[in-house]
Amino acid sequence: MSRAGNAPELVRASIDRLKSVNPRLNAFVEVFESRALADAQASAINSKRGPLAGIPIALKDNLCLAYGKTTCASNMLRNYESPYTATAVQKLIDAGAIIVGKTNMDEFAMGSSCEHSCFGPTFNPWDVSRIPGGSSGGSAAAVAAGIVPLALGSDTGGSVRQPASHCGIVGVKPTYGRVSRYGLVAYASSLDQIGTLTRTVEDAALALSVICGHDPLDTTSSQEPLPDLLGPLNTPVEGLKLAVPRQARSDANHPDVARVFDEAIATYKQLGATIVDVDLPLLDHGIAAYYIVAPAEASSNLARFDGIRYGHRAKLEQGDDLFDLYCKSRSEGFGPEVQRRIMLGTHVLSSGYYDAYYNTALKVRRRIKQDFDRVFADCHAVLMPASPSPAWKVGEKLSDPLAMYLEDIYTVTINLAGLPAMSIPAGFASVEGKQLPVGVQLVSPAFDEARMLRIARQFERATDQSARTPNV
Amino acid sequence: MSHEPLSPDYVRRIAKLSRLSLSDAQVAEYGSRMTAVLGYMDRLRELKLDDVEPMANVGGTTNRLDEDTPGPTLSNEALMKIAPDTVPPFVKVPKVLGEGGGA
Repeated sequence: MSRAGNAPELVRASIDRLKSVNPRLNAFVEVFESRALADAQASAINSKRGPLAGIPIALKDNLCLAYGKTTCASNMLRNYESPYTATAVQKLIDAGAIIVGKTNMDEFAMGSSCEHSCFGPTFNPWDVSRIPGGSSGGSAAAVAAGIVPLALGSDTGGSVRQPASHCGIVGVKPTYGRVSRYGLVAYASSLDQIGTLTRTVEDAALALSVICGHDPLDTTSSQEPLPDLLGPLNTPVEGLKLAVPRQARSDANHPDVARVFDEAIATYKQLGATIVDVDLPLLDHGIAAYYIVAPAEASSNLARFDGIRYGHRAKLEQGDDLFDLYCKSRSEGFGPEVQRRIMLGTHVLSSGYYDAYYNTALKVRRRIKQDFDRVFADCHAVLMPASPSPAWKVGEKLSDPLAMYLEDIYTVTINLAGLPAMSIPAGFASVEGKQLPVGVQLVSPAFDEARMLRIARQFERATDQSARTPNV
Repeated sequence: MSHEPLSPDYVRRIAKLSRLSLSDAQVAEYGSRMTAVLGYMDRLRELKLDDVEPMANVGGTTNRLDEDTPGPTLSNEALMKIAPDTVPPFVKVPKVLGEGGGA
């Protein structure tokens, strides 16, 4: 992360850039201009210099912060002011980072395009007629457009990696449990994980060094010690074995995604890695299993939004009772995609369908995990595309949710298996005269982020794909 | 694969269980979209899974219990601030008892 300047200069530059490009991107839902500038002034005279001292950052708006609003891009929480701060966010603040604002997202993190937001869609900095990916689309666009060098997102089925791929930046989803979920608004608790969006692998390693680690406030947070993530980054990959799943060479991939993927494989071969063809036979079944498990957990998690203690409460009419209050508040507060996922989750959990859907999906989940375990018995990481196609046009897939879900084919199985994975810039697709970024994805065994980041860094060093920036 | 279309009555039943009130247009739209998604999910039935144990989470963790010791908590004042309707120190709700509330 650039330290060319003191904290007030860095934050001023970030806010100026935000003001100049955000009207075209709609990446931010709230900006803390005066607070960020005051924090930067305080940072400049603070003798304690944390590893992120004075660095301007942005937060996806499903991360609780004890000032401003935490909306989840939903009318349900449009005026919600969190009384506490998420652990991962507090760690960034303690490391000296300055929060310039909260970023747009798909409502409650449910979406792959950043269009399902009560604030309207975010646009891709490489082509503002296209989606930035989702659900952490605002965070990805903010980093790609050079507003901040680091933004946090959350990844339940690809929501950090897929927008990173579409915006030409680095997106990391750590191992499930690596980063505390305390203060992350829950979507699907067995899959949710906070991740980083940055321009470079080194910045990701630095940020992850700060936010990872056990937190007693999250009972699923891991006690696994975190190794040094920065030290090994420049160790060559010679001698490492990278698995390439046959199922990832699908005819459904966009031709430029297929080409960029082949080029990435060739790059790793040149760097001295051994490429091993493997099978992940259930890759094609991951979407079906994921879109059972995630909505099932969502239907339970989102039951807390009842219009009583916080969030939107509907105005009642004469004769309305408590049941009407629940139904009206939720119908007014939740957008259509959230309503559909809640209903889908309710359906797959209902007696009579539980075994056919939910229990079956949990069995597929175990098989997917076992398939990865088998591959990792012989290989150090898996290499596959991050997304089957480059960014699509805003509105293009809105009327066909299944088509949108299928875009998550390469990311969802990793959440089901709880593994760490990341998307790195790997090339460009040429679509209608525009150059659109294409990422490749690395997947590692659980808690092996250090080696994954090293494998990514060596690719970045060899290709310099991260150097290109959008002209927005 | 195609899935038998969900009937409007069934969609309304799921909506009620989900505590959502839908218009007739939403019932039709959600029903057709859910039918399409469920049709896609039927591919899971092709798999032989009889000998596989379901896996609800990856951590393999069991319930982790805290010591039952009092610690800091959010103040009533902070919670009143975010509640939609209050008579501090209480949250105000519609009448629940007495006239046969529908809940």
